[in-house]
Amino acid sequence: MRHPGGRRVRHFSYTRAETLGHAVAALAANPQARVLAGGTNLIDLMKYDVEHPGAIVDINRLPLRDIEELPNGGLRIGALVSNSAVAYDPRVAERYPLLASAILAGASPQLRNAATTGGNLLQRTRCYYFYDPATPCNKREPGSGCGAIGGVNRIHAILGASEHCIAVHPSDMCVALAALSATVEVEGPDGRRDIPFTDFHRLPGDHPERDNTMHQGEIVTAIRLEGNHFAHHHSYLKLRDRLSYAFALISVAAALDVKDGQIVDMRVALGGVAHKPWRDTLAEAEFAGQPATRETFATVADRLLAGAQGQGDNDFKVPMAHKAIVRALSQAAAGTPQIQAEKHVR
Amino acid sequence: MLNEKNIFGFPLPRIDGPLKTTGTAPYAAEYHDPGMLFGHAFYATIASGRIVSIDTAKAEAYPGVVKVYTHKNRPDTASSDDAWKDEVAVPGHPLRPLENDRILYDGQPIALVIAESFEAARDAADLIQVAYEADEPHTNIEVEKAKSYVPPEARKEAFLPTDPRGDAEGAYEAAPFKIDAEYVQEGEHHNPMELFGTTVIRGEDGYLTVHDKTQGSQNSHDYVCGIFKLKPETVRVVNAYVGGAFGSGLRPKHQLFFAVMASLDLKRSVRVEMSRREMFYLTWRPATVQRMQVAADAEGRLMSVRHHAVQATSLYEDYQENVVNWSGLAYKCDNVKLSYELAKTTLSTPGDMRAPGAATGFLALESAIDELAYKVGMDPLEFRVKNFVTYDQNDDLKLTSKALDACYREGAKRFGWSKRSQEPGSMRDGHDLVGWGTATGVWEATLSPAEAKVRLFPDGKITVMAAASDIGTGTYTILAQIAAQNLGQTADRVSVLIGDSTMPKTAVEGGSWTAASSGSAVQAGCLEVKKTLLSLAQKMENSPLAGAEVEDLAIRDNRLVLDKNDQMGLAIADILGSNGMSSVEGHGKIAPDEEQAKEWVSYTHSAIFVEVKIDAELGVPRVTKIVSAIAAGKIINPKTARSQILGGVVMGLGMAMQEEGMIDHRTGRIMNHNLAEYHIPAHADVQDIEVIFVEEEDDKASPIGVKGLGEIGIVGVGAAVANAIFHATGTRHRHFPITIDKIMEGLPAR
Repeated sequence: MRHPGGRRVRHFSYTRAETLGHAVAALAANPQARVLAGGTNLIDLMKYDVEHPGAIVDINRLPLRDIEELPNGGLRIGALVSNSAVAYDPRVAERYPLLASAILAGASPQLRNAATTGGNLLQRTRCYYFYDPATPCNKREPGSGCGAIGGVNRIHAILGASEHCIAVHPSDMCVALAALSATVEVEGPDGRRDIPFTDFHRLPGDHPERDNTMHQGEIVTAIRLEGNHFAHHHSYLKLRDRLSYAFALISVAAALDVKDGQIVDMRVALGGVAHKPWRDTLAEAEFAGQPATRETFATVADRLLAGAQGQGDNDFKVPMAHKAIVRALSQAAAGTPQIQAEKHVR
Repeated sequence: MLNEKNIFGFPLPRIDGPLKTTGTAPYAAEYHDPGMLFGHAFYATIASGRIVSIDTAKAEAYPGVVKVYTHKNRPDTASSDDAWKDEVAVPGHPLRPLENDRILYDGQPIALVIAESFEAARDAADLIQVAYEADEPHTNIEVEKAKSYVPPEARKEAFLPTDPRGDAEGAYEAAPFKIDAEYVQEGEHHNPMELFGTTVIRGEDGYLTVHDKTQGSQNSHDYVCGIFKLKPETVRVVNAYVGGAFGSGLRPKHQLFFAVMASLDLKRSVRVEMSRREMFYLTWRPATVQRMQVAADAEGRLMSVRHHAVQATSLYEDYQENVVNWSGLAYKCDNVKLSYELAKTTLSTPGDMRAPGAATGFLALESAIDELAYKVGMDPLEFRVKNFVTYDQNDDLKLTSKALDACYREGAKRFGWSKRSQEPGSMRDGHDLVGWGTATGVWEATLSPAEAKVRLFPDGKITVMAAASDIGTGTYTILAQIAAQNLGQTADRVSVLIGDSTMPKTAVEGGSWTAASSGSAVQAGCLEVKKTLLSLAQKMENSPLAGAEVEDLAIRDNRLVLDKNDQMGLAIADILGSNGMSSVEGHGKIAPDEEQAKEWVSYTHSAIFVEVKIDAELGVPRVTKIVSAIAAGKIINPKTARSQILGGVVMGLGMAMQEEGMIDHRTGRIMNHNLAEYHIPAHADVQDIEVIFVEEEDDKASPIGVKGLGEIGIVGVGAAVANAIFHATGTRHRHFPITIDKIMEGLPAR
């Protein structure tokens, strides 16, 4: 029997941080505090009675809105740069078209204008049960159980799930960042540190309430991208329940460095399949030197999905992910990436 | 002065458009009264059972809270079901919010917090604590259909399945080609842009002005007066602007009850508005399981049709639709058997949603007809033309008009149907499989009783008054056009005052009847104006109109003249002035012709052609082209008419491919109760849609020759999409919506 009543009331304090140090201190002082950047997810969750921050720390005045050149040909993208600004930055479009494409596959122009780079990393799952306080959810309310297991789970995980949570991370942008081996820069009470992108989000395990590996009081300040060889052979392919404005059932960020028809380097990250953008670097390495053909890509898909398991409603995701991996890698190999403005699959 | 803007057929932009696009058209929850109170409802989170205890102490103590209502302290209301039955009520016991401790569905309102601010009401509602005793939920139609039953009381005589004719079983057995298939359609949920909301403004005299989101101000008025035993003149209901409704606003919703209850009890103005989540607990298109058994002979003649439908309803009411009767009248067939049953579920009572019954019935019928055409080996359009019927075989009635054959021809020509190859999977475009599908739609063209007042002023200005509602369809605009045409003015001279219960009697805005009914009432009112003017003119000395009959008259340049000789006439200002009048009013009344109905019946018809392109490997579906050819009598305004059909077609796309209330059957709760996860078509899904109107001259359908367009646009679209997907992939999809995973799994082997 569910007792929906007696929840916390929506009162919170509001602090506008003028410096990064100020923001970190405000966050570290209050475990109930949440950072407000674009607000596209946090405000929704507050209205849905899912998030009840005791304090809001508004970081919009912080100087984190620049995209900087790095000496190695890479870029450093400030945490407050909007998703639109990243996608349409000429340097991003030229050096990391996979990232630009992934961003444009998500949300709507209005949301991309408001949503920030750091916020995109920290957006929360779209699991129906997480969003509905009248139902159990270990992520929202640890120990209450998982409603999605055995329930409505069309949009849930096929990889890396636990008996406590089968939610997936909803971002498109993060799937590309995982494929590109980006680095997340965070600042906290103990100073600055770097987190490799693939270590930033975590699998649910026994603690699905924790989406990522940041510590209390830490703030994402930037994303760092190194120089790469993937500008010509890449594709972001997203499959969903309508042609636009829906979260991925399956998405694939594929990047290839191909020489004489052979794979020099390959990156494949999957969205819509797990609690984090899914990448298997060991598996990727096994394919170096192999021909960049559909046959090879089918083997890649077999390898990546070896442990995949459906939850009932989402059983289709396993074959769908297989087909999508082969297609996205084929697009990448051919140098004909998926164009997000075109709704037909290339 | 007459110009083309007066005439039926001119695409006049909506006269209320500027108000809406500038945000100055007020909606029900946008009215304000200083010192008003705000209500926030609290909902059950079990599907069935009872409230053991409900603790409101913390909510009551919350700053700003005025009162918390539950079943323990609800003010007295009428005790009979009859008093609670509105104009569109269905058999059963209408929901009486906060009546007792019983829970009949997840999302049932069980408390109302009234506070000085919306925020306080919402916050306090979170402090209510409930303990339930829960019973088993029953929400899966495919399980509950095992306990289906024939509803003991029919919602409407016309909804009863028509009597069997011929020998459907025998003809089926004897026929060489047959289809026996089951079709499932998941429940769909109304989500018009405007949320349900009511603002009650209490006057100093205690009279109430109720701004309600409804499709019938007088329905809400009578409902409220009945329940609270109020004198009719003490309540006025206004629905001047309605932000979409599609049938969701036919029956009064609990926020109306709550707002009026609190206003009467607390003697204050009150607003209660719903949130998007709450829209999923209301009026919905019921999940339906349909079995079609159809058979044809070797020439493609339809030999037998059996159609059995089971629809979900609630524990407390028997909502019913006409799902199956269409199968007895869409095509010529002498052996027909139709049946319709309900299954109880622990969900709220379903309700009318654009083309209720027909949208559902044609999903199955037009899928099965397509399957049968393929069995016979005929082009599916040719099969439909072959079985064309020119009368209503269900009731043996003549049709007032039926230009469906022209819709088939015009639609097919525009679509390019002749270039289609019959074999599934035989048409390609790069990676894509291409499929072309067609379907037919039918909806009833009815007239409902309606009244309107028309007032003409000496300067040629006109005021039209009726309780009619414009739910976004263009009623304001076409009523202005009709009055202008009949009184020889331009539409910009006409003020239309509608959406007010104190105006002349009009039925709820539904069933596609408003244009025909209120339009005809306005025309009748205009005729009364002319009659009065003529009698006044004939009283004048040396009247040039002395011997004239009203049929001979026209109004030109603000003069009442002989149509054939407009030198003969009098200025309207002079007619009124010499009789000491400042204006002249006509009261038009219209009602269905019962004598005519014994012999004639009217329907609107459509032929839909759909192109889908499906990625041959991934199953990604795109509906790249739709042609909808419509025969619906006379088209008054091609612009608003086209918008109606476009909207219906897009809604049909959602029904075919996206819309689905996802229920956790363990708890009986709808889980995708928001517009992020309850999918409707996005702009990218809506591609090339062409609307063709094949006009019909039909003076029997309604006095103004109009049949109505609100519903026909959606009917058949779902089946046309499914048929196109079959043509592309060779797989029949019988479970709607047809989502990408289903299509992927049904792709031909490569």
